[in-house]
Amino acid sequence: MSELQELNMSGDIDDGTEQYLTFLLGEEEYGVEILRVQEIKGWESVTHIPNTPEYLCGVLNLRGTIVPVVDLRLRFEMPARAYTPTTVVVVLKVGEGIQRTVGVVVDGVSDAHNILPADIKATPDFGITVSTEFIKGLVSIGSNMMMILNIDKLLHIEALG
Amino acid sequence: MSIDISQFHDVFFEESFEGLDAMENGLLNLDKGAADVDAINTIFRAAHSIKGGAGTFGFMAISEFTHVMETLLDEMRNGQREVTTDSTNLLLEAVDVLREMLSAVQQKIDTDDERIADVNKQLEAMLGGDKVEADSSSDDVTSDVAPSEASLEQKIVGWEIEFRPHKHLFQTGNDPVRMLRELAGLGELTSKVNDDALPDFADLEPEDSYFAWQLTLKGEVSKEDVVEIFEWVDDDCDLVIEAILQKPTNVEVAVAKLDDNEPKPVAEVQQESKPEQTAESVKPVKAVAKKVAASPPAATSIRVGTDKIDSLINLVGELVITQSMLSQIGDNFKPDMLPQLIDGLAQLERNSREMQEAIMRIRMLPISFAFNRFPRLVHDLSDKSGKKVELKLSGEQTELDKTVMEKIGDPLVHLVRNSLDHGLETPEVRLAAGKDETGTIQLNAYHQGGKIIIEIIDDGAGLNEDKIFSKAVEKGLIDEDADLSPEKIHELIFLPGFSTADVVSDISGRGVGMDVVRSNILGLGGSVDIQSKRGEGSTFTISLPLTLAIMDGQTIRVANESYIIPLISIIETLEVKESDMKYVSGKGELYPLRDEYVPVIRLYDIFNLEPTTTSLEEGLLVIVEGDGQKVGLFIDDLLGQQQVVIKSLETNYRKVMGLSGATILGDGTVALILDVPGLMALYRDPSLVNVIANERAA
Repeated sequence: MSELQELNMSGDIDDGTEQYLTFLLGEEEYGVEILRVQEIKGWESVTHIPNTPEYLCGVLNLRGTIVPVVDLRLRFEMPARAYTPTTVVVVLKVGEGIQRTVGVVVDGVSDAHNILPADIKATPDFGITVSTEFIKGLVSIGSNMMMILNIDKLLHIEALG
Repeated sequence: MSIDISQFHDVFFEESFEGLDAMENGLLNLDKGAADVDAINTIFRAAHSIKGGAGTFGFMAISEFTHVMETLLDEMRNGQREVTTDSTNLLLEAVDVLREMLSAVQQKIDTDDERIADVNKQLEAMLGGDKVEADSSSDDVTSDVAPSEASLEQKIVGWEIEFRPHKHLFQTGNDPVRMLRELAGLGELTSKVNDDALPDFADLEPEDSYFAWQLTLKGEVSKEDVVEIFEWVDDDCDLVIEAILQKPTNVEVAVAKLDDNEPKPVAEVQQESKPEQTAESVKPVKAVAKKVAASPPAATSIRVGTDKIDSLINLVGELVITQSMLSQIGDNFKPDMLPQLIDGLAQLERNSREMQEAIMRIRMLPISFAFNRFPRLVHDLSDKSGKKVELKLSGEQTELDKTVMEKIGDPLVHLVRNSLDHGLETPEVRLAAGKDETGTIQLNAYHQGGKIIIEIIDDGAGLNEDKIFSKAVEKGLIDEDADLSPEKIHELIFLPGFSTADVVSDISGRGVGMDVVRSNILGLGGSVDIQSKRGEGSTFTISLPLTLAIMDGQTIRVANESYIIPLISIIETLEVKESDMKYVSGKGELYPLRDEYVPVIRLYDIFNLEPTTTSLEEGLLVIVEGDGQKVGLFIDDLLGQQQVVIKSLETNYRKVMGLSGATILGDGTVALILDVPGLMALYRDPSLVNVIANERAA
């Protein structure tokens, strides 16, 4: 992404901040780089693909292309929650070079934040109790903590099962 | 006034390659002894166009090489040279070299200079061999093409050229400026314009050429080079070329008087004769070729008949009309307009279906594109193997999708090579067997129910079952005591690592191939089949879908999911009785279908779905065929038939075993398309589910 685009998207001068879109899973707040977000759409039923892991909900038709949809709750082994009209699918561009389009199901979209790279703190090691391999770093926003997701790793083709 | 001519390069390349194909075809026909003037003329014209085009675009190496070929052809055309096998073979080789040169220039890579020089030398040797004879009956352009040393001996220091174009010169697409510029590239050029013919301004026809030039070219230039520049306009001008000997005449640098109306030509000539321009225009093609930067392959293009485009435009017109009608109805819709709306929608459906068909037709090309290379291939191979072969082509106008065509080319070549190498016998063997000493290979294409069938028929020895069997045993592919029907034995040649050729030739016999041929064809959703009779020959039958993008599908319901089965793989659908079923060791279910037992695959089982029913009597059995084998798919219900556009799952996800892709239904939801051979593989080995995921991870 060129600087120019970044400037236009964030709408302010380049002070090194990056903009993140945050969304909720239960009480937890996760962030993804906003430039990776293609669109946000409401939940609609998808077509299940046989013999795939449970967290892969299926595929949906995004204006003529077939896009796989991953339920992040199930991916993180959190308790499932029924899909309601307020359930949101965030459509992301994943991968370097050849980009793929993947949708993730989240509880709701929360906010957009400007974050200085220096403010991102390393993820502590929980050992085997909590898997943190998909978390790039932590940022505090007010009293809340936001986890920045490494979506390239999380939604990598092998990780999709 | 400089035009960027590089924009025409693609067209030049395309036309040149077509020209080469035409030359090749013509040469191969000459070979058969029917040396008619028309055929030679066709070849000559093709060579001439390539030469002219290459000259125009500054690909000097190509135009020089073609020039030698052209001279040879010209002698044949004028009956000064006999058409011999040697000369046609040499010309064929030259065509190959030319093709390499062209593609090298096109892809901006280096050419094989040694080979070019070698073939060039051979051509010149052939020309020089009986030059005297050729010179005796003179043709004003070509026979003057004597080696340049001869002219140098006479101490020619320049040329006096009188160039008087005919009025219609511009209409032939020629531009004197370009020719003068090229002349300027050869040496020091001075020009004098003769504007006597220039009419009064009122009578001036802007598209006519009125000027004539008196040109003086100084420098050690061969006549050949000078003539070549004017060759293109030979028939459209009066041209006198005289040598300036020893004492060069003093020519003033003429700034011709010009009428104000047309100042351009001479002004440009002088500009172009600057030294640096000269240097650039004589730089050989090699310089271009050495821009090593490997450019990405050029975008492919299709030539489409205007009739196809016209019909498309008509359809678009109708579509626009339907659309405006519908929007008019929509603008102030009242319930009583419902019939009109339904009519309109029906019309829209018809329009879009017709349009879809018309667009698909654009992608369809006659199979002659794939067949065209075979005459040459067979010619070369029969030379090499000492077999006499006649190639018969039929159904060349049968159309199929361009993508399919591209992918079927190599398998076809392999099969034809195979028939020639393994199938056909040598003339002695054929005579001993009481056959005509010339073997026949026939390529045949036709449509059959939504498929295209390509047959490769030879009248050779046929497959030798004993030999195949013992070879397969030797290679450990089958058991020694296996009891196989002849058909099953024929199938063995498709196994990887199989070859029965006694001697591995460079034609075929390395045992890589038939398995690749088959997997390529299966990959296209087709199949390949052998019929063979000892001593009488073999027939390979390839059957392919017409297009890869759209297919007829049958929607089915399994549990609560819908899937689509390609209609082409469905044989029939039946209701079954539980009591008809047979079991193998209590598990493997078989359904007796007439005289065979068909294994039953329960789709809900293989896809791990929650079944709505497990009783065969409540559902349906769809008998499908894949990989030449039948299976019954147990489904809940048949829903409907429709044409579906195939979308890849791999764009954003990955390949899924048992699925060939997905499609979007009328309501916008996604439906998955079943892949019958994949399902069979999955049925035989359920662990394959993970294979692809593991392959990716590895």
